Amino acid sequence: MAEENKITAMKMINGLLAKSYKEAWEAKEKGIPVGWSTSVFPQEIVECFGLPLLYPENQAAGVAAKKESLSLQEKAESRGYSIDLCAYARTNFGLLENGGSENLNMPKPDFVCCCNNICNEVIKWYESLARELNIPLIMIDAAYNNSGEVSQSRIDYFVEQFKEAANQLEKISGKKFDPKKLEEVMAISSENGKLWKESMSLSKDVYPAPMNGFDLFSYMAVIVCYRGKKETTEAFKLLISELKEHIKNGTTSNRCEEKYRIMMEGIPCWPYIGYKMKSFGKYGVNMTGSVYPHAWALVYEKNDLDGLARAYCSMFNNVDLNKMTDYRVNALKDGNCEGVFYHMNRSCKLMSFIQYQMAREVHEKTGLPYASFDGDQADPRAFSDAQFETRLQGLVEVMEHQKENGGKADDNN
Amino acid sequence: MYTMGLDFGSTASKGVVLKDGKEIVCTAIITSGTGTSGPERVKEKLLKESNLLESDMEAVVVTGYGRMTYQGAKKQISELSCHAKGVHFLVPDVGTVIDIGGQDIKALLLDKNGNLSNFVMNDKCAAGTGRFLDVMAGVLETEVSMLGEISMMSKAPVNISSTCTVFAESEVISHLSAGVNKEDIIAGIHISVAGRVAALAKRVGIKDKVVMVGGVAKNIGVVKAMEDALGKNIEVPKLAQLTGALGAALFAFEALNK
Repeated sequence: MAEENKITAMKMINGLLAKSYKEAWEAKEKGIPVGWSTSVFPQEIVECFGLPLLYPENQAAGVAAKKESLSLQEKAESRGYSIDLCAYARTNFGLLENGGSENLNMPKPDFVCCCNNICNEVIKWYESLARELNIPLIMIDAAYNNSGEVSQSRIDYFVEQFKEAANQLEKISGKKFDPKKLEEVMAISSENGKLWKESMSLSKDVYPAPMNGFDLFSYMAVIVCYRGKKETTEAFKLLISELKEHIKNGTTSNRCEEKYRIMMEGIPCWPYIGYKMKSFGKYGVNMTGSVYPHAWALVYEKNDLDGLARAYCSMFNNVDLNKMTDYRVNALKDGNCEGVFYHMNRSCKLMSFIQYQMAREVHEKTGLPYASFDGDQADPRAFSDAQFETRLQGLVEVMEHQKENGGKADDNN
Repeated sequence: MYTMGLDFGSTASKGVVLKDGKEIVCTAIITSGTGTSGPERVKEKLLKESNLLESDMEAVVVTGYGRMTYQGAKKQISELSCHAKGVHFLVPDVGTVIDIGGQDIKALLLDKNGNLSNFVMNDKCAAGTGRFLDVMAGVLETEVSMLGEISMMSKAPVNISSTCTVFAESEVISHLSAGVNKEDIIAGIHISVAGRVAALAKRVGIKDKVVMVGGVAKNIGVVKAMEDALGKNIEVPKLAQLTGALGAALFAFEALNK
């Protein structure tokens, strides 16, 4: 088979993402209800009714990378939405105002699904969508975990809401809830979560890492948008086999030399993703650690609703500072990282404003140097490339010195 | 053996010629930064004053905002590492360096050998930088170099609460319209800058000795306000605006001897 015709995981995943949008458009034409959902909503319940879901966060990231998000945000702002709101929300409101998007269009929803395990602003965002479009809102409130493990009462609370979502979806779809189908979807989704987790773990102790960490941001599209589908299982199996092949051969799909391995904290600045990748490449930096793509490594046992609830409630934004710090410390160890680069993301208050303290605690536990840069996941106005590069270069210089010095500073700071 | 360090900032170009990595032969500052004739002029000035040729320079290292666009350098090194290096050369027992430049603010933590071990830079916006003071000097009809001296006469500094440079300028205009003394307004501006910079520096940790560099370190009013905000004495080296270029020249020497 000619090289250009070879099916790669990247091609397969891009194809599946396109398919998810196409299926939603086709369903819309047939009069099948289409939903919009937050990115870490328990989609299992919707999937078992066979209803297509689209993810505004994915769409906003996609149009941000294509440089269309600002024009949509300005539409939302001119309607009266505050510039301090999340840029994904503003892009989504702008999409409705604009009547669509040039680069990645979505049909209007017939129902919306919201789970606040990733963010609390989504509640108002989705309430606003439901009110504006006069459509049902399926809301699952994942209580914040302020004491380490997810308590049984929080799990019970989540499971009861999950059951109520089934009642709502019976009305929306006109179909009866089928527990067998849910069992099937849960098995596929959890398998996909496990495979995604495995694919992210393959860089551990492997030099060079078998991939450029930024590729995860492309691969993750299907674990976000197509988590309950068998095709995703196939794509991730292919991805894992590609990565294992690289490991076996001592090769990598990363086109840049890997001199330093870092963890990058937060959602990428999608409007500048190419610039950032190039800058990382220029300094030989690979992102082998990241907590953000792990959000979708949702693993539980088949038929275990409590396990599903626990997985969805344990999101990195829904846990206390100690747990958040642990997630980062583990990601740094798993990625054999030598430094941390924090994205002070002006959209994501929840993930960003805790960074000053979290960064200090992570530093105390690991001794690794860190730097921070300002940006935004979808609003191009909050980023300065020169500022970004100076901070990246500064971090690289500290890592370089510490490498020469056996991995640490010359004294304990 | 001669090496040259060049620091092309956003508002000024600075250069140092170093002999054998030890002796400062010549320094130059031109108050035009990257993208202007400043970089070329500072180099010419250095060569003229030192009576040396470009070919006498064994290595040139460039730092600062314009470091990536300059051709002919052996290496480009960030101003973070260069300031750390330069300050450690001048003040060997330095622990924390605070650099307020034209466009950004840096707080650097150094290890005992003078190497950069961690740093923080300004976030969200560039309020409190040298450019902020330039804008204020403009509306106060004062030379920016005079701000420090004038502020020392203040008895009742005003409160400047806006972070935004434009809104802070409006506050200054309101105070001027209300007939408040210039010295009290300027002292208020310095306190507001110091508050922002001190909060940033405390985040990375303050370790004695604290040294301030960058163009703004020449402003005695800001330095005093910083000492109050940190509760620490601050040392300002004579070559405060040149520590980035000095560090670059030192790195150039090291690169030759590696």
